[in-house]
Amino acid sequence: MAAGVATWMPFARAAAVGWLPLAQQTMPKPPVDKTSRSDEILFVNVSGLRFQTWKNTLDRYPDTLLGSSEKEFFYNEETQEYFFDRDPEMFRHILNFFRTGKLHYPRHECIQAFEEELAFYGIIPEIIGDCCMEEYRDRKKENQERLAEDTEAENAGDAPLPPDATLRDKLWRAFENPHTSTMALVFYYVTGFFIAVSVIANVVETVPCRPLKGSVKDLPCGEKFSVAFSCLDTACVLIFSCEYLMRLYAAPSRCDFARSVMSVIDVVAILPFYIGLVMPENEEVSGAFVTLRVFRVFRIFKFSRHSQGLRILGCTLQACASELGFLLFSLTMAVIIFATVMFYAEKGTKGTTFSSIPASFWYTIVTMTTLGYGDMVPDSIAGKIFGSICSLSGVLVIALPVPVIVSNFARIYHQNQRADKMRAQQKVRQARIRMAKKGATNAFLQHKEDGGLQGGDSDSTALCVKNRSAFEHQHHHLLQCLEKTTNHEFTDEVTYSEVCMMDSVGFRTSRSTSLSSQQGATTTCCSRRSKRRAIRLANSTVSVSRGSVQELATLHITKTPVGTQYPQSRSNLNARTEDLKLNCDDYTAAIISIPTPPANTPDESLPNSPAIPGILRNSRSSTYNTQETVKISSL
Amino acid sequence: MSLTPSSPSPDSVEDELELSAVRHRPEGLEQLEALTRFNRKELQILYRGFKNECPSGVVNEDTFKVIYSQFFPQGDASMYAHFLFNAFDTDKDGSVSFEDFVIGLSILLRGSVQEKLNWAFNLYDINKDGCITKEEMLDIMKAIYDMMGKCTYPLLKDDTPRQHVEIFFQKMDKNKDGVVTIEEFIDCCQNDENIMRSMQLFENVI
Repeated sequence: MAAGVATWMPFARAAAVGWLPLAQQTMPKPPVDKTSRSDEILFVNVSGLRFQTWKNTLDRYPDTLLGSSEKEFFYNEETQEYFFDRDPEMFRHILNFFRTGKLHYPRHECIQAFEEELAFYGIIPEIIGDCCMEEYRDRKKENQERLAEDTEAENAGDAPLPPDATLRDKLWRAFENPHTSTMALVFYYVTGFFIAVSVIANVVETVPCRPLKGSVKDLPCGEKFSVAFSCLDTACVLIFSCEYLMRLYAAPSRCDFARSVMSVIDVVAILPFYIGLVMPENEEVSGAFVTLRVFRVFRIFKFSRHSQGLRILGCTLQACASELGFLLFSLTMAVIIFATVMFYAEKGTKGTTFSSIPASFWYTIVTMTTLGYGDMVPDSIAGKIFGSICSLSGVLVIALPVPVIVSNFARIYHQNQRADKMRAQQKVRQARIRMAKKGATNAFLQHKEDGGLQGGDSDSTALCVKNRSAFEHQHHHLLQCLEKTTNHEFTDEVTYSEVCMMDSVGFRTSRSTSLSSQQGATTTCCSRRSKRRAIRLANSTVSVSRGSVQELATLHITKTPVGTQYPQSRSNLNARTEDLKLNCDDYTAAIISIPTPPANTPDESLPNSPAIPGILRNSRSSTYNTQETVKISSL
Repeated sequence: MSLTPSSPSPDSVEDELELSAVRHRPEGLEQLEALTRFNRKELQILYRGFKNECPSGVVNEDTFKVIYSQFFPQGDASMYAHFLFNAFDTDKDGSVSFEDFVIGLSILLRGSVQEKLNWAFNLYDINKDGCITKEEMLDIMKAIYDMMGKCTYPLLKDDTPRQHVEIFFQKMDKNKDGVVTIEEFIDCCQNDENIMRSMQLFENVI
């Protein structure tokens, strides 16, 4: 439960007096509070530093170590104090949490140490107060990133392979982590060398060489030494093809590998050669594909696997793509505006180079980026005026946003990361709070199921009353009183949805509209529901005959004091057996009408009911039914 | 913490200062011992808890609702908390001080049956005119059923509170005039065994 609620428990219980005149059923007995009500000062010795506090202060949070009976493990009889062998400085903060209800994060402490202390004392870090929450999250994120990097570096394949690794695994590792073995390193450098060679060959191919003897024209080297270059190219392509095929073979998931960017680039790099083999004569097409060879240069990006900086750069570019996109968009707007203006300004000039608006785009871009090639120059006065405005605004439009964007994307990038994490953590936070709330209700539902209601008449209740604190007892008693007042019970989501469905199917028996019909309805409803389950789940050959139903119900009542519906049904059963008979008929009909019984979804929060070998999964109603099942078979 | 919801005055800054400077200090232990049926130690424990939760010494309605809602996570306890708040705030100043709190608790936990029934009647009588009408009872009933939430068994129908009110009135309204007066209420409750027995339920809460 949340902060300090334990203090208000007496008040909430006292206020329940307001329900008493309205209740239609008798109220359950209150739990006996064996603990003494007087307050006392406790001594807590943490590694020599002695703290003193009221017992009530610690009892405020019954699900922590200090608030529960767990602290008794640390009680030292001789010195009459609780001794903890932990950090006394941290304990100050923990104790302040109990006192004030707010947990603060000490800035000078290590975040790991703080979290460990919290875990020891049973306090979840999510309840750190808002004042310290951001600091805590920042430090935690930093810490996690650092740890992630460390583990990544560790797992980067330096660990030796298991001895039974196949050739495929070894090959893949060699490709992905070249520094793991000498062969891999050699292979890596060789491919690197050939990439460089291929790129340089592509470059040098286009350099003009001295012409052949007897000719005047300069030839590009590619044509002069065409044989040499083509041999080099063939060799490189063969090596790259081999490498690609080997990678494809070694890849653990060939589909994913084939779809990855690097493999696409690999394919694109070697494709022109093969296409060139297929159609050697068509100059145009192969020429186009030759330019695709330039993609080979991108193989250099494979080095980024081993360079941290390149990785970060890639990430940041990806992250601030939107900012860059916006810059581009605003530039485009400015370009279109100025191009239009310049075109219309220069329209009158004879022989102007501003032949169309798209042609003016070039002028605008060149002017705005302050390049000023001079191939297009305005002649008219209006053109010159607008041209100068264009170049001035170019300085502003480009020079201003760029540093802002550069500093922005660092800030926005981190902010986005933090905001997303906060959103995700907010969800987790809310989920935990919801779970804690559900935990409270589920604890209550579990308590009911364990038969804790009938008050100490059998051993089973003793078993079930486990480590429940006085606070929980009182809270459960309070909720029971509310149930009695309103004549309705708390259930969980599963049962609620099932009951809803039941209603919609249209089960209705004819029942009298007397005062007690409400109670009668609950009986028939419940027994119907549980019987339906029994029939569905038990898979036994219980014929839904009148006799067996009644016997079943009677057996129910005498053997298992589970739940509150049964005392009612006991009296109702004696009073109106006819009703049950009626129900039986409707019930049979209804069974036929239900198309598919809903799956009996297990409620994970409820543990196994003890001592019943379950053929059924855990579910609140299944505990009733397992008992029923046993009885059916004993019939 | 707001005390009296006063009209917006021109010098709101001074008002704010005044409000923030106010720390409600309760009467001395002896006076409270005289006013309530708690002994010294119990008052000490109660006050320590109260002061820790509300350092300014008073609880306003919003805090009250939040506190009470924590006990009923499945439903919406705010309406009932509102009625409770009005029942505790005897001097109608918009906040529950420690005296109000402890006097209320004293009646509920240590009072005679007559006093408890009086208190309950006061709770149901929303406009404090001495009689409970069907509308008032319906409001209270709806507030109580709201606390159950929607996941109940059997399903809560829309007219369940109304039915419950009818049952209540049938039992309590002896002269069938459509309202329940305090005498009818106390008479009827004293004749009802169940209710009388349950009144002893919360004796040992503190």
